[in-house]
Amino acid sequence: MDLIANHISHRFGDLAVLDDVSFTVGAGEVVAIVGPSGCGKSTLLSILGGLLQPTSGAPELRGAPPPDSLNPLTFVFQDFALLPWASVEDNVEFPLLHTQLSATQRRALVEDALRRTGLTDFRKTYPKQLSGGMRQRVGISRALAVKPAILLMDEPLSALDSQTRELLMEDFVRLLADGGMGAVYVTHNLEEAARLADRIVVLSRRPGRIREVVTVPMTRAERGETAAREKLLALQNQIWSLIRNEAIDAEREVQHA
Amino acid sequence: MLDRAAADIAKDEATRRVRFRGAGFVPASSRYGGWIALALVIAIWQAAGSSGLVNALFLPTPAAIVRAIYQLAVSGALWQHVSASLLRIGVGWLLGTAAGVVVGFAIGLSRLARGVGITFISALFPIPKIALLPLLILWLGIGEEPKIATIALGVFFSTAISVYSGVDAVPRNLIRMAQSFNVPFATIVRKVIWPGALPAILAGFRITASVALLLVVSAEMIGAQYGIGAFVLQAGNLMQTDQLLAGVVILSVFGLAVGKVINVLEARLLHWR
Repeated sequence: MDLIANHISHRFGDLAVLDDVSFTVGAGEVVAIVGPSGCGKSTLLSILGGLLQPTSGAPELRGAPPPDSLNPLTFVFQDFALLPWASVEDNVEFPLLHTQLSATQRRALVEDALRRTGLTDFRKTYPKQLSGGMRQRVGISRALAVKPAILLMDEPLSALDSQTRELLMEDFVRLLADGGMGAVYVTHNLEEAARLADRIVVLSRRPGRIREVVTVPMTRAERGETAAREKLLALQNQIWSLIRNEAIDAEREVQHA
Repeated sequence: MLDRAAADIAKDEATRRVRFRGAGFVPASSRYGGWIALALVIAIWQAAGSSGLVNALFLPTPAAIVRAIYQLAVSGALWQHVSASLLRIGVGWLLGTAAGVVVGFAIGLSRLARGVGITFISALFPIPKIALLPLLILWLGIGEEPKIATIALGVFFSTAISVYSGVDAVPRNLIRMAQSFNVPFATIVRKVIWPGALPAILAGFRITASVALLLVVSAEMIGAQYGIGAFVLQAGNLMQTDQLLAGVVILSVFGLAVGKVINVLEARLLHWR
């Protein structure tokens, strides 16, 4: 199943946020979206996931989702969005409650998702008892439970410390390794984009337009090797040179707002 | 390096400790402080009354108040008054709370209900509900109904306000999360909005319990034969100040009991906080 951004533009009142953004996320492909602050990255992701109506254009799907997928487009939120009154397993089960699945089937999916994210021993724990990294693992586990075709990740690591970010990045690489699941990954962090994405969509400052789409010229497995680090760094520098001046302008704009 | 640092400190006699300047006014209370203070006040009060420093007619001693409560209990009058008040509070509070929860949720969830509901609530909430009792007597007769309706009205407005405030306070990101999984509206209300609004709803219960107590006493003072309010008024008219204060103590016990019940509810339902 492909996800298509078809000429998407959006305004908040008089403020133009996105201008004619078009690209396609192929089945199993990981596309990162980067750009200066306020360029509309998160707005674009909300539109792609059906949580915001664009002013013009539309998000579209092409092809059938995998037959076992319960929620083909599934978000992983920056702030985790966990129900604080529910235990880890209840949070993971939450999106399954309204489906036609039996309690046994739901339990099996929850078990599998908890196992894949290393949360099996924390099933009865409440979110407030967990660290930020573990909370985000619950968010990822909840997303995996519905067997998504495409994960929509809105800066999922930005609220975490650098060590936790590194550990979760390794988890993302592992989860996306087999190509069975695609992702749209919104981030400020060029290193994350270069580590994870097959292609990187670079947006201009507001209103966000596509400045360039950069293809990462190696597989994710190769990126872990020492020889690949220089190439990835060069790629990050290339993208940074595209957005640096606009990032400075965007920062000044925010300060004067 | 460490040895050298230690040696430097040892030979420098002019060193002094950094003064502790505070930890930010951390709120803390002594476990038994409140009870000790209460016991002290009662002891002073008793001593002042027993020694004749205070006229027993104006301020009966705690012992006299306890005696009055005991006599009321033995005679059966205590239960007669307490049960009449409890019935009015219970029925009035339940009716007002049920209506308040329904209207509060409607205002919190529906744009139309919010437009209409908030206008009416803003206009009617400030009216002292006891002022409506004569009108309610005219409409409903002189039985239990107008007293119960007065309590229900008082409870309704406070409940509706606390419920829609609670619904408004539910983090929007949780609702968006549920919508992103295509969770149906009814499930979002049941699994996200209700538990999210519960802290505000229970806080509202604490307030409405006090409102109900206030209104039952006022209503019984205006027109009732039995009930704590009627008993207190009658005792005041007859200058039986020990009986009057016995009624006040019973009201205080009511309030404490309701507070305890809500504490238990909060501990059970909001354990996740």
